[in-house]
Amino acid sequence: MDIHEYQAKELLRGFGVGVPDGALAYSPEQAAYRARELGGSRWIVKAQVHAGGRGKAGGVKLCGSDHEIADAAAAMFGRRLVTHQTGPEGKGVYRVYVEAAVPFEREIYLGFVLDRTTQRVMIVASSQGGMEIEEISAKSPESIVRSTVEPAVGLREFQAREIAFALGIPPGLTQQMVRTLQGCYRAFRDLDATMVEINPLVITTDNRILALDAKMTFDTNALFRHPQIAELRDKSQEDPRESSAADRGLNYIGLSGNIGCIVNGAGLAMATMDTIKMAGGEPANFLDIGGGATPERVAKAFRLVTSDKNVQAILVNIFAGINRCDWVADGVVQALKAEPLDMPVVVRLAGTNVEEGLKILARSGLPIIRATSLMEAAERAVIAWKNDAAQNTKVRVAG
Amino acid sequence: MSIFIDGQTKVIVQGITGRMAQFHTKEMIDYGTNVVGGVVPGKGGETVLGVPVFDTVKQAVAATGAEASLVFVPPPFAADSIMEAADGGIRYCVCITDGIPAQDMIQVKRYMMRYPKSRRMVLTGPNCAGTISPGKAMLGIMPGHIYLKGNVGIVGRSGTLGYETAQQLKDLGIGVSTSVGIGGDPINGSSFRDILERFEADPDTHAVCLIGEIGGPQEAEAAAWIQAHMTKPVVAYIAGLTAPKGRTMGHAGAIISAFGESASEKVEILSAAGVTVAENPSVIGSTIKRAMAA
Repeated sequence: MDIHEYQAKELLRGFGVGVPDGALAYSPEQAAYRARELGGSRWIVKAQVHAGGRGKAGGVKLCGSDHEIADAAAAMFGRRLVTHQTGPEGKGVYRVYVEAAVPFEREIYLGFVLDRTTQRVMIVASSQGGMEIEEISAKSPESIVRSTVEPAVGLREFQAREIAFALGIPPGLTQQMVRTLQGCYRAFRDLDATMVEINPLVITTDNRILALDAKMTFDTNALFRHPQIAELRDKSQEDPRESSAADRGLNYIGLSGNIGCIVNGAGLAMATMDTIKMAGGEPANFLDIGGGATPERVAKAFRLVTSDKNVQAILVNIFAGINRCDWVADGVVQALKAEPLDMPVVVRLAGTNVEEGLKILARSGLPIIRATSLMEAAERAVIAWKNDAAQNTKVRVAG
Repeated sequence: MSIFIDGQTKVIVQGITGRMAQFHTKEMIDYGTNVVGGVVPGKGGETVLGVPVFDTVKQAVAATGAEASLVFVPPPFAADSIMEAADGGIRYCVCITDGIPAQDMIQVKRYMMRYPKSRRMVLTGPNCAGTISPGKAMLGIMPGHIYLKGNVGIVGRSGTLGYETAQQLKDLGIGVSTSVGIGGDPINGSSFRDILERFEADPDTHAVCLIGEIGGPQEAEAAAWIQAHMTKPVVAYIAGLTAPKGRTMGHAGAIISAFGESASEKVEILSAAGVTVAENPSVIGSTIKRAMAA
């Protein structure tokens, strides 16, 4: 789960990491007022969206007066900010953060990630801050410092010192850098983060080490023990279909194709999407209905998938282990009887109670296209979709 | 032979009194698995499905001689249960639980290192379908009837894709020595490589099928090991060719966040290491058949 920059900064401040003074605003007038409260003569107005690359997209503006602040904020509010991380639809700006501008001498990159090779937390730092880490590793890989944290003892001071020296932090600031690194690690560990990224971390002209930007991502599996973090979830930054799916125990990711997928198991769901593509179609979504799916959950999955207006055919692929084919078949029949669909539906069932499931489909009298293998299912879905789209009629092939 | 479990392996189920745990324990017993007990703190002395329940793993091991454990405990408590198994003398542990915090798994991995290798527990999972040695024993939630006994080892992240593979093999009359799920989490007990080493050493395994997906370095690590050490044919399938970058595809670990983590990059790395890659999930079985005949 992602949070906003201002929230990450507030959390990190609590762990002893230096951040500039700043305040949140929900309107241009409030932004100008916040700047007056902060004092000083130069401020940064920053659009709060769950994505990096805001600067280039016009989401960060340096201002020198009330008017400039109000204008900059007015240009951001209500707009959908499109950065290289948001996709073409962008993310809506509903909050801006106003910060006192801080003159600085050096920019450092600092990241904490879950490293899957060592299966530990890894610190990635570079003296070349301000650029994306991908760019740093392409342009100056020699500047990157890596250090792995031993979970039994946490980030030791000597390790933090090693990083500080490797980054060329002035000796007088070593202790401040050690506090910053240890603070970030403690925040990562205590709050069950999966990523903490400060880019840039700067050394100011008055010798302070401050996080000018901050990004934190949290382990959704650990939110049960961090209700204060769970509250920071901002649904305005999520795809509405994905949010509503998540709230219903379904794992859904919207894509741009026309063939809607309803599958059990994440691996099989990905494999189903791949097979559709191979058969000449494009998947409209990833959807894992999970184990032990009841007819009601299957019916919800149908409503979810068809709420995407691009969907012109549906492929249901179930290999039941924990699931039961008869329950899934019941769900399919219930969904189609409740809301008749204007598109072909292909169903492939295998595994537990497959015979009962097939009987339920046959008895329903619905024009459901059946398939026995995954490839056959994908091919039938693609053919049915093409025929349906070509004829633009409600005629469907009976299975 | 088979790897990890056979018909004699004494098995306990941690969390045996739960509804789902009871359902699957019954399936395991019906399949022929030698389930000797269960562990649920505070329920010691009860009997479930005809086997005794103990308060602690140590008590269960002392009373039954259990060697293997299936962890069927909710996410907040699962890491603790795995560590209890490691400390209690369990040799092989399968954790089914989906949703264990990643940092809990970091602790589990660190904790297991405190034992010398000779008595260190092997963990597979979490977030997996379990392990089955067809015709002998099953430690997991898979439908046992789709597996034919035979000589192909299966190792995969996804449960349902493992079923898909087993069913295709069965339809072709090909059986399985052992099928191991390593799970879909970013921090897992055993990697593909760990399981490949076992299959390479198992005389009853003649070929191996590796079912990977996007995210993480373990397929690439397996490719390097296969190239250097594996004498048996390996067939692979990698799910997620159409998965967008930076999105978590159901499994917590299924996310492309670095170079070499996309499906096409993994296919390339495995092919370069001499692995036969099935280009779509419907031909996994037939690809294995060809590899075994070659």
